[in-house]
Amino acid sequence: MDTRAVPQEGNATLDGHSKAVYARDEAGRIVAVPCSGWQAEEIVTLQAVDLFRGRAEAARRRARAGQASPLEYWMYARRMDLATFSQSCGVWQWRIRRHFDARRFARLGDALRARYAEALGISAEQLGSVP
Amino acid sequence: MSADFPHRHAAHCESGTVASLLSHAGQPLSEPMAFGLAGGLSFAYLPFIRIQERPLIAYRVPPRGILRGIEKPLGVRFTVERFRSPSEGQARLDALLDQGLAVGLQTSVFWLPYFPDDMRFHFNAHNLVAFGREGGDYLISDPVFEAPVRCAAADLQRARFAKGMLAPRGTLYYPQPGRPVRAPDATAVANAIRRVVRMLQAPLPFVGTRGIRQLGARIGRLDTAAPDSLLLVGHVVRMQEEIGTGGAGFRFLYAAFLQEAAQLTGRAALDELANRLLEIGDRWREFALAAARMVRGRDPFEPRALAAALEGLAEAEHRFFGELGRAVR
Repeated sequence: MDTRAVPQEGNATLDGHSKAVYARDEAGRIVAVPCSGWQAEEIVTLQAVDLFRGRAEAARRRARAGQASPLEYWMYARRMDLATFSQSCGVWQWRIRRHFDARRFARLGDALRARYAEALGISAEQLGSVP
Repeated sequence: MSADFPHRHAAHCESGTVASLLSHAGQPLSEPMAFGLAGGLSFAYLPFIRIQERPLIAYRVPPRGILRGIEKPLGVRFTVERFRSPSEGQARLDALLDQGLAVGLQTSVFWLPYFPDDMRFHFNAHNLVAFGREGGDYLISDPVFEAPVRCAAADLQRARFAKGMLAPRGTLYYPQPGRPVRAPDATAVANAIRRVVRMLQAPLPFVGTRGIRQLGARIGRLDTAAPDSLLLVGHVVRMQEEIGTGGAGFRFLYAAFLQEAAQLTGRAALDELANRLLEIGDRWREFALAAARMVRGRDPFEPRALAAALEGLAEAEHRFFGELGRAVR
């Protein structure tokens, strides 16, 4: 790639930042050039972001309807899947899945609530509801 | 406090951090040279290892490979420390910074608030340099950003002690003070190139050019009706382009190294091969663009076409690394 061909498309996902890519300048030297974005990157980044957003939104609706606990919403809102969340809080996946149930979650002790909240980077109070 | 650290914008976090730390320690080193000398280029497709529901696809050596790989060629040693408790880790970092050292840190991207929101995922092996403290903030030279940034102590702490896969456990590192760092020489460069050639030509099904073929075959078999199919395609492109690779899955970065290597060793063949690798990189970018357009629905989803592109790239790299091996024989 030549430096003139480095895409400068101003990706929304980069939020005004540039990343360095390597390209060949007029003198034939391969140098680092700031790149403000490329559509191919933007598309796949948004695909990954939207996957979590969609899951969080579905979980939020379930929680609002009383069909699920807020825990599932917060997990996806923090861009974690079950495996990642389980590793972060040190609770078995099957146990977490049980706590996606609104009634079981309501009976949850303070210690486990605090542990979940800590892993998600929110307060135990926030964990009790969905925004 | 060393509040004036020469920040450099790099393509990749680990090679950028290593190049910055060693340059600061007195041995000027470019990012491509750090990446190439450490034998950073690779390819691996490991479908049986899943990260956030997707198979592991890497265009480079595993995390810490560059930090470890640079030690022998330059005769440098990194002191690496990990901590059982976060408070211990913070106290140690503060002590080192107060001595005036610049310190490399392993962190989780997700918990670093200065990252754009859309880039924050749970990747636990992001490298950066801390070079000072001011008020309640750390002064950070994050190589994938254009300028130094600041990070509140509580946030950095959280990023250093994130849990999960590749948990950093507070990992910090710095070149052992007082130990002279050698300048890169022709022998080290040739050895490093041989290592990469061996890796890319490894007789194993899931690494090197065989790995590229394997990935192509997998994509060729994708069911166009299954919703997960396009997620895999998007994932490949993310690993190739979005995750700080300098473009084309580190191929452009490695081309820059080959060009520098040609000068250093006086082997003109490497110069020509650098340009060849740029062309191969362009083909990786074409593949990425075609794949992304299918992900977005701008073009119809044709797994076979993507598979053919990967097959062609595997073939091109197979020939390329064969010649590269002969050039440093």
